[in-house]
Amino acid sequence: MYEFRYHRPETLEDAAKLFSECGDPLFLAGGQTTLPVMKQRLASPSDLIDLGRIPELRGISLSGDTLTIGAMTCHEDVARSADAKSAIPALAGLAGDIGDPAVRSRGTLGGSIANNDPAADYTAALVALGASVHTPSRVIAAEDFFTGMFETALEEGEMIVKVAFPAPRSAAYVKFPNPASRYATVGVFVAGTREGVRVAVTGAGPCVFRAGDIEAALEGDFSADALRGVSVSPDGLNSDLHASAEYRANLIGVMTRRAVARAS
Amino acid sequence: MPAISLSVNGKPVSGEYEARTLLCELLRGHLALTGTHVGCDTSQCGACVVLVDGDPVKSCAMLAAQADGREVTTIEGLAGGEKLHPMQEAFRDHHALQCGFCTPGMILTSVALARGNPALGEEDVAKGLEGNLCRCTGYRNIIRAVMAGAKAMREQGDV
Ligand SMILES: Cc1cc2nc3c(=O)[nH]c(=O)nc-3n(C[C@H](O)[C@H](O)[C@H](O)COP(=O)(O)OP(=O)(O)OC[C@H]3O[C@@H](n4cnc5c(N)ncnc54)[C@H](O)[C@@H]3O)c2cc1C
Ligand code: FES
Ligand code: FES
Repeated sequence: MYEFRYHRPETLEDAAKLFSECGDPLFLAGGQTTLPVMKQRLASPSDLIDLGRIPELRGISLSGDTLTIGAMTCHEDVARSADAKSAIPALAGLAGDIGDPAVRSRGTLGGSIANNDPAADYTAALVALGASVHTPSRVIAAEDFFTGMFETALEEGEMIVKVAFPAPRSAAYVKFPNPASRYATVGVFVAGTREGVRVAVTGAGPCVFRAGDIEAALEGDFSADALRGVSVSPDGLNSDLHASAEYRANLIGVMTRRAVARAS
Repeated sequence: MPAISLSVNGKPVSGEYEARTLLCELLRGHLALTGTHVGCDTSQCGACVVLVDGDPVKSCAMLAAQADGREVTTIEGLAGGEKLHPMQEAFRDHHALQCGFCTPGMILTSVALARGNPALGEEDVAKGLEGNLCRCTGYRNIIRAVMAGAKAMREQGDV
């Protein structure tokens, strides 16, 4: 790895100040993406600003029917959280199926969504549940947060502090995992929410998206049978060595039916 | 250079290390604890897993500086003197290693699995070892060993 400077701020203010003063800085969460990417020399920041010592970024709390998770909370803590398991079991289950135990002890919610990998799992949960992403200066609705492949609405130097998830009436997430990494070849999160049925798809396209036709079909009849006549177009879906666009389109149907069966 | 203090296998370690020092480099290079193996250096194989505050971590994907203030356990720290840890015994008894390259990571991940789940079943073991690759054994004996090791740990009150 190239040399870099390392900083360990203890407040959000210090982290933001450091970011503005450094030449080409990057925030460091668990490092599960950042460190491999630096080793491959796809990123060569001058400074790493470790967010691990900032108390506001940690913790899980349930207040009314809103589950709030700090950006630096690791996947394993979400998977084991009694609050997450009681309020949104599908979310705790999703976190427990990310990668492997060692990735889950280091990888964080904030790092996952800031990175917005097209095959990441959390993105689907945020969009389907209608979560909101809190930064020091504003609150961003999940649908506006994920703007494209590896792109988000975050401004340069803007930190994710926490994510607030409204608890749904029912929800389930099912993915077809890549057998090597467990990233989603296709993952579908279905949620029965106050605003109706929401279905978010990850892994299939360049960025997480809502499946409008499927939502409409499920609105009146929340059952796997309701999806019989609905076909998913492969247009715009990813084709790579793992799966063709046509295969991914088919998997969206299969994963959705499984998720609906699990949620209903 | 960041100043780092941590505990490794119960002994205090402190010093100034280059920021880019990975935890596996601190352990292997600076502390000569070469039981931690680096198989891929790309977070794929799990050979480098150590325990940080009891949790399994790929030491090739963590900076030494990120381990500041933490307790690290490597394979060298598992046995009590001459007496192997029950999970180590179980790997030997069940022929769960051939070349042994993956073994330190397998054993440390398995110890964390056993401590995290008092009712550990074979499926939990298979899922729990998804991040640990073995080119030799075919995994069946590893799963048998972890089941036996976990049972022995429970009997010794280590779960
Ligand atoms: C082997 C392996 C398997 C994996 N499998 C899966 C899987 O099955 N499903 C899945 O979804 N993911 C998977 N991942 C990804 C993993 O779960 C992490 O979420 C991801 O790598 C991000 O890691 P991190 O949280 O350590 O963030 P880092 O790598 O530290 O940071 C990632 C990016 O986010 C930025 N960032 C971090 N925190 C913040 C913040 N609070 N505010 C603003 N920007 C921030 C950083 O600057 C950086 O650009 C896998 C990773 C590995 C290595
Ligand atoms: S050497 Fe760290 S995961 Fe392979
Ligand atoms: S025993 Fe050789 S890699 Fe597992």
